[in-house]
Amino acid sequence: MERHVASAPGEALLKLSNVSFAYAARPVLSDINMEIPRGKVVAIMGSSGCGKTTTLRLIGGQLRPSAGTVRVAGQVVHELADDDLYRLRRRMGMLFQFGALFTDMSVYDNVAFQMREHTDLPEELINDLVLMKLQAVGLRGVHGLMPSELSGGMARRVALARAIALDPLLMMYDEPFAGLDPISMGVVGELIRKLNDALGASSVIVTHDVQESMKIVDYVYFVSAGRIVAEGTPEQIRASTAPYVHQFVWGEIDGVVPFHYPAAAYASDILNQAARHA
Amino acid sequence: MREYLLTLGHAVSDAVWRLGFASRFFVMIIVYSGSALRRLHLTIREIYFSGVLSLLIIMVSGLFVGMVLGLQGYDTLERYGSSEALGVLVALSLVRELGPVVAALLFASRAGSAITAEIGLMKATEQLSAMEMMAVNPVARVVAPRFWAGVVSMPLLAALFSAMGVFGGYLVGVKLIGVDSGSFWGQMQASVDFREDIVNGVIKSFVFGIVISWIAVFEGYDAEPTAEGVSAATTRTVVTSSLMILAADFVLTAFMFRGT
Repeated sequence: MERHVASAPGEALLKLSNVSFAYAARPVLSDINMEIPRGKVVAIMGSSGCGKTTTLRLIGGQLRPSAGTVRVAGQVVHELADDDLYRLRRRMGMLFQFGALFTDMSVYDNVAFQMREHTDLPEELINDLVLMKLQAVGLRGVHGLMPSELSGGMARRVALARAIALDPLLMMYDEPFAGLDPISMGVVGELIRKLNDALGASSVIVTHDVQESMKIVDYVYFVSAGRIVAEGTPEQIRASTAPYVHQFVWGEIDGVVPFHYPAAAYASDILNQAARHA
Repeated sequence: MREYLLTLGHAVSDAVWRLGFASRFFVMIIVYSGSALRRLHLTIREIYFSGVLSLLIIMVSGLFVGMVLGLQGYDTLERYGSSEALGVLVALSLVRELGPVVAALLFASRAGSAITAEIGLMKATEQLSAMEMMAVNPVARVVAPRFWAGVVSMPLLAALFSAMGVFGGYLVGVKLIGVDSGSFWGQMQASVDFREDIVNGVIKSFVFGIVISWIAVFEGYDAEPTAEGVSAATTRTVVTSSLMILAADFVLTAFMFRGT
């Protein structure tokens, strides 16, 4: 498999320019501009439903932007023919929110999946590679288990081993910390950073876990209601006085994002209900 | 009234849209079949899951259906004093109609529902998305092998169903009631035509195999990725394929019917 990348050195590996996206008539993202330089780990943060995962799907070419361009390694993703898109995807790795391991295959076969699908390597070599990838995430000992026998944290790490199977240039993480205990969270965070540096890859992490991700990322974009509302290094974000960022980073219940979903006045709702039942 | 018309319009346009999507999906399956069939072990694995694991239910049901045919058939034929034609009656009913149709109905509820549930759950747990992101086309890797496995299994299962049914008829007719064994087999051999009866039955079960597999993989792929979505899709697979089997059976029989 060729590792040549058609883009000038120093250019960002991933670049989103004026990207907008809408599901039918419901706008999800508007006018997003982002850059992920080579070798860096960048977080996209925001509350649930703000369009973070959609951003990853746009990068992976599973969705097409309604305006703007997504460039990966110099190629505009949504303009690629199917074959070229699939060729580009071989150089991307994605960790899904709950791992998305193939439940009908063992851990070993999950990690070997891409190698068997995309290369003609002999089985002995695949064996070595699989064990190396599992060793990198500390789970060589579970290669014979089925995904249903793993804990949530272990499944996430196996999925990570699977995602790095072909040494991707770009890693994407969809909520890598969701639903993990503090130890597993620390382990996964550490792995993301280490693997990024060891592979010489670039990583995008979509997350709402402020504390854990701030430890490992180089740069943060804050997304709210489909727009980038703040960006900066973790220090800049912590020191930010922008009301939304402040509320999010410090986990305050009420602020610019209200606790209550918009509704009619409480009293009138209650009285109406009472009148209906009277 | 306007509300009613709107709902009706939506329902019709939804149905047409789904039919169009299902047809495009069928074309996609055919297009990606080449790469799936080149790696035959994928299809063989699915033949095991949908075909081999359906053997028990198909064979036991075939045996019972044949035994009932033996009892009912004897009862009727006896009135006209032609109980030695029991073998013909059992064999023709099974090979022409009951074999393909009942085996297909059983196959739809045993294997079709499993295929839909499996693909639907793979979608709900993002396994299909993960596969796409790993540059592996899920239609080629997951859908096409399951489709062809169903198409291959169905005629074989129907044939087994008929064979077990004939054996069931023999058990009841010859062994239990005491119809003459020679005329049971002899008349059957003389009256069952290979081209008219057996081949037509195989054609039927082949068509049913396509219908069931197509509906099952489509419903799974199109399922809403939630628990309710997958359960609704599984139900739709069984209901739609059962109705389609019976409708297709009528159409096929009408074409094959010679009036002789």
